[in-house]
Amino acid sequence: MTNDLILLPIIIQAINALVLLFLWNRIHLQRRISIFGNTLGLAVAFFLFLSVYQNGIQVTQAGNWEAPFGITFVVDLFSASMILIASLSGLAVSVFASGSMSRRRSMFVFFPIFHFLMMGILGSFMAGDLFNLYVWFEMIIIASFGLITFGGGRRQLEGALKYVTLNLLASILFITAIAFIYGMTGTLNMADIATKIHEIENKELVSISALLFFVGLGIKTAVFPLYFWLPASYHTPLSAISAIFGGLLTKVGVYTMLRIFSLFFLPDPFMSSVITIVAIFTLLAGAMGAMIQNDLRKMFSWMIVCHIGFMIAGLGMYSAVAIAGAVFYLFHDIIVKTNLFMVSGLIHRITGSFKLKKLGGLYERHPAKTLLIAIPLFSLVGIPPLSGFWPKLLLINGGIETGNHFAILAILIASFVTLFAIGKVWVEVFWKTPPNKPFRKHFYSFYDLRKVQKVGFILPIAALAAVSLFLGLGAGWVYDICEQIAIDLMEPEKYIEVILTGNK
Amino acid sequence: MITVLAFIVGLMYAAGIYLVLRRSLVKLIIGLIILGNGANLLIFILGGITKGHPPVIGSDELTLGEIYADPLPQALILTAIVIGFGLQAFAMVLLQREYVLGGVEDLDSLKDEDEDEL
Repeated sequence: MTNDLILLPIIIQAINALVLLFLWNRIHLQRRISIFGNTLGLAVAFFLFLSVYQNGIQVTQAGNWEAPFGITFVVDLFSASMILIASLSGLAVSVFASGSMSRRRSMFVFFPIFHFLMMGILGSFMAGDLFNLYVWFEMIIIASFGLITFGGGRRQLEGALKYVTLNLLASILFITAIAFIYGMTGTLNMADIATKIHEIENKELVSISALLFFVGLGIKTAVFPLYFWLPASYHTPLSAISAIFGGLLTKVGVYTMLRIFSLFFLPDPFMSSVITIVAIFTLLAGAMGAMIQNDLRKMFSWMIVCHIGFMIAGLGMYSAVAIAGAVFYLFHDIIVKTNLFMVSGLIHRITGSFKLKKLGGLYERHPAKTLLIAIPLFSLVGIPPLSGFWPKLLLINGGIETGNHFAILAILIASFVTLFAIGKVWVEVFWKTPPNKPFRKHFYSFYDLRKVQKVGFILPIAALAAVSLFLGLGAGWVYDICEQIAIDLMEPEKYIEVILTGNK
Repeated sequence: MITVLAFIVGLMYAAGIYLVLRRSLVKLIIGLIILGNGANLLIFILGGITKGHPPVIGSDELTLGEIYADPLPQALILTAIVIGFGLQAFAMVLLQREYVLGGVEDLDSLKDEDEDEL
């Protein structure tokens, strides 16, 4: 079904970013416009999701050039749900940033760059053309470069240096893979490639381009052994920026991997085993890393790495149940990881530190907030009936079905280590008697904030916790959607047909 | 022609990766630039190099008659060059700031130092 309105989420973000650029030093207005724009974006995303849920895949061709000649934008159920979830966490970060960021001069450009980043993220969810996807990726990384160097202190710059170098390298590998695909098939339209790639006789070259995609996307996704930039850089920026990075950036990589590999390269025994092995090592390495950290944000960064393994493992197993589990985990992970970094920001604002050693006593002093924070923390671990539990159940089911026993073992170990790490956070941050807090002159603690700012801290955390609860308690409904997505991904004939012929 | 270009692309990738693996910040950025240009040249070759006419359909014809050059890779490279240029400019400024602020010239001295206060 052709529908030009599917571009609205991107257009809203673009207009928002451009308008904010002209309001250079009107911070209050910037905050309001950003929140308003993201609310509008969320509403549009919701209607887009409903429309796709009822009417099926929607396509638009840029400039009315028919596929495969023009640039295709396509929204299927997977894209629509990703757009919805990303808009949700975008809105949450928008509110959180309004509440948490001080009125320093460096704040002036945060909101425009943030909206450009959101635009890139939403764009990459609906790209139906490989090169277009590359362009959205570049947009994401250049906006994220701007955000990660934000503040421009020495620590930010060091984190940024690693981040920038590895991401530039990843883009180059990604475009090399695109060049290979173009050389073999003579087209860039993803649906068109999917029909032509199976007729290529030189299977080795196809495998090589699959590996190039895997390494290029793997750096962005932070899989073993390409993840070292992530724990080295994600703990340096402000909490609001960490939240959007931790929640969305690596997940764009996972989304693209699921999309590209299910369309072009799978099922293929070689790639499946490569992906599964990498997933197992990612799970174990991330879990080990998270276990020994003594800094809240570093621990959460390592957990991002660890939990990427779940989704990649689902792709490697490549059965309907496992893919559904991976997709479910993707939804859950975006919400929870965004929330975790916001929680770390809240804890920092209350106590003045990210170090586990210096924290403590939160339960005694803030029982209500502790109860709120418990929801994302235990969702992350996957204590039933919270949202982390169901995708893991599906993944383990998928592992039994496909006979990937090592993957099941790794999933279980990673889950237990997550439990251990969160238990450590719980004991150190909430139960322990707090050490004496050193007096810090320029630190505005949570108690000094105005009421609006306090709401800006608490409201997004509560909202995302509610979404987590919904994903957990409404798991039956979410599972139906994930199963539908998994079937769509494994049998892409309909996706291809809608794009290439344009009819419903 | 295509063989020569293929070797040049290989050489550019090799040189770029070698430079990225060096410890100096300046060599790192030069390596990334060479790698990016190598990727652009690769797209150019993989589009197929033919000696032909520009892909313009004459006013009295309906299709392209003669052998023509594929215009798509050129459009892609143009986009990739512009994007790459922006990113490289950013990376250079970043490295310069890093050098000024941190006094770091050797990548090995970049440590993930544990910040005590924040």
